[in-house]
Amino acid sequence: MNRLRSTGLALLGPALAVLVALVISALVIALIGENPLRALQVMTDLGDAPSQQVQSVVVILNRAVPLFLAGLAVSIAFRMGLFNIGVEGQYRLATIVAAAVGAAVALPGPLHLLLVIVVGMAVGALWAGIVGVLKVTRGVSEVISSIMLNFIALGLASYLLTGPFRGSPEGASIITTTPLPESAWFPGLNGLLGAFGLAEPRTELFGFLLVAVVVGIAIAVLIQRTRFGFDLRATGISASAATASGVDARRMVVTTMLLSGAVAGLIGLPDLLGDARAFGTEFTAGLGFLGIAVALLGRNNVLGIALAALLFAFLDRAALPLQFADIPASVVTIIQGTIVLAVVIANEIARRLALRSAERAGAEATGAPPDPGGSADPGGPGPGTGPDGGHRVRTGVPGSSEEARA
Amino acid sequence: MTKAAALLLAGSLALAACASDEEPTAGGDSGGGSGSGDLQVGLAYDVGGRGDQSFNDSAYAGVEAAIAELGGEVQEFSPNDDGSDRVEGLANLAEAGYDPVIGVGFAYAETIAEVAEEFPETTFAVVDSSVAELGLENATGLLFAEEQGSFLAGVAAALKSETDHVGFVGGVEMPLIQKFEAGFTAGAQAVNPDIQVDVEYISPAGDFSGFGDPARGQILARSMYDAGADIVFHAAGGSGSGVFQAAAETGNRAIGVDSDQYQTVDDPALQAVIMTSMLKRVDNAVEAFITDYSEGTVEGGVDLLYDLESDGVGLATSGGQIDDIQTQIEDYRQRIISGEITVPTTP
Repeated sequence: MNRLRSTGLALLGPALAVLVALVISALVIALIGENPLRALQVMTDLGDAPSQQVQSVVVILNRAVPLFLAGLAVSIAFRMGLFNIGVEGQYRLATIVAAAVGAAVALPGPLHLLLVIVVGMAVGALWAGIVGVLKVTRGVSEVISSIMLNFIALGLASYLLTGPFRGSPEGASIITTTPLPESAWFPGLNGLLGAFGLAEPRTELFGFLLVAVVVGIAIAVLIQRTRFGFDLRATGISASAATASGVDARRMVVTTMLLSGAVAGLIGLPDLLGDARAFGTEFTAGLGFLGIAVALLGRNNVLGIALAALLFAFLDRAALPLQFADIPASVVTIIQGTIVLAVVIANEIARRLALRSAERAGAEATGAPPDPGGSADPGGPGPGTGPDGGHRVRTGVPGSSEEARA
Repeated sequence: MTKAAALLLAGSLALAACASDEEPTAGGDSGGGSGSGDLQVGLAYDVGGRGDQSFNDSAYAGVEAAIAELGGEVQEFSPNDDGSDRVEGLANLAEAGYDPVIGVGFAYAETIAEVAEEFPETTFAVVDSSVAELGLENATGLLFAEEQGSFLAGVAAALKSETDHVGFVGGVEMPLIQKFEAGFTAGAQAVNPDIQVDVEYISPAGDFSGFGDPARGQILARSMYDAGADIVFHAAGGSGSGVFQAAAETGNRAIGVDSDQYQTVDDPALQAVIMTSMLKRVDNAVEAFITDYSEGTVEGGVDLLYDLESDGVGLATSGGQIDDIQTQIEDYRQRIISGEITVPTTP
């Protein structure tokens, strides 16, 4: 019953936020003298011919895959109360190194792909790991260090691109790495679409979609069904309570950042392996920052992030038909911006509602004042027991790392 | 703390949404007075879109002029913030039957190769990018000899500098902007071999924030003026207004880029510091291309170079600050046209 109620509250936030954002956007569209309903109709119009409709869906999916991975990377850290703003730098650095390594070696197909993916994840993890190590050894706020590392990563990626990894001829207007050999091209899924009797789209559907689905399921299982995931969530809800019950918070910070960075390292790969074949000055930037919005909208839940990524990808594609209908495409940016704002506010309201209902429930049950550490999570650890139910004794970490998180 | 950061971030996203707002497109309805023209021009902008008071607007002005002459209409397309939907936008223009389709900016180099192949019946042009080696029959590259115009800017700066010290602020350190730097430095040194030329870029290759960051443009230019430079040339798009600000603050002068910025800047205080502008006549090139198309004389598969000789690049004279050195500038111009001076394209 209680769980049902909290699930309802969890869904209420984002749904309310999207609704509020739509109303605000409709007002803005009306203010600039356009018909909001017509705008909505244009945005949802995927095209007349079947091939156009399939094409539109492929464009949305291809955009959603990197957004989903970006949201996932941010959410892993979020779940533990860490704000990894450095996803942007992590994926850019990971993509260029992966592109350079992939172009430099010759391997049979699957192995070659695996190597590129592993290199990307490793570089992303290492770059994010710096943030974790700085936090546990020096108490540096991960917000500050990850932002700063973004600048360093962009500069480093630029140096590598114009220096050692440069593959494009001198004087070319776009600088790129050496293109990947064919063995490192991720096969597309258009054959699969054809098997379902769908029309052939112009653009190849990223085969990396499957990788993203697998990674999403793996992360969901890891966070919801394993000891590590439990420690992670417990630390995110209350660091001091988790420490008291025997979670090694320092190790958790580093591991979580490594994991978040490893997923971040995947963000650029759908495009790299499926379309661009090389990292260059025109390689899609900014996905790491969009990932923060996607994770917020998806409430750090894997399924929610997938839906949020699809919504953002849908809005992104809508910018095209809007322009053809002579409605400013900025409408899309306004909707995205207001959704994120509304989600932050709605999440806070939902959190307070949940907290209040938990307090009331607690007060009814014991007749005592509610525990200040009590939270909305009905699955939270009971007092005095460790996550596995046993009693453990271990001294906590120095306070600095926890205070930096608050 | 983290919550505050999240709110800040959300706020900045919303602000960014406001900042990139653009005017509704009205060109299609008002363009062709006759209404009988069947010219259907597709115009795909670089990131930033219409209203940048520079590159994109210049291209639009060219299309507008062509339509005023020939009739017809234009459909515009601006890519999203990260430019990831360029291919889709260009393809949609071609698919919807617009012909010719013009991509504005070197970023369309890769895109045009992909899309022109898919739509062999459509005539494409791309500004600032070469198509000669792509082997496409239906695409034309509209190129500019930026280094030649920048050379003249360097000549003007060196002639006008009282401290024998000038500066260059580039938006992004990439080959296209390095052409401006190379020409400017060569021009300044042609006049005065001992002149000191400070060179700074706002952002490194791959990070395009340098074209839209007036604050950092101002800091870089300010440090050059403080170090003794008295004229700074910018090739930094929207960041250029920061360079003008720094010039106004320190009582020095600056050189604008792309369009005649003396005319486009709306603040008289900034107008006073704009000594001249290095003109890049994207509008002329676009208009000429559309005219050629309507006359059926587009060759295809070649690059058209707009240089000093064809007045594709040059120096603006608005404000009259370089009137007294026109003879020297004209002299260098003739020597470049005749081939006596070869301007380098890389620093």
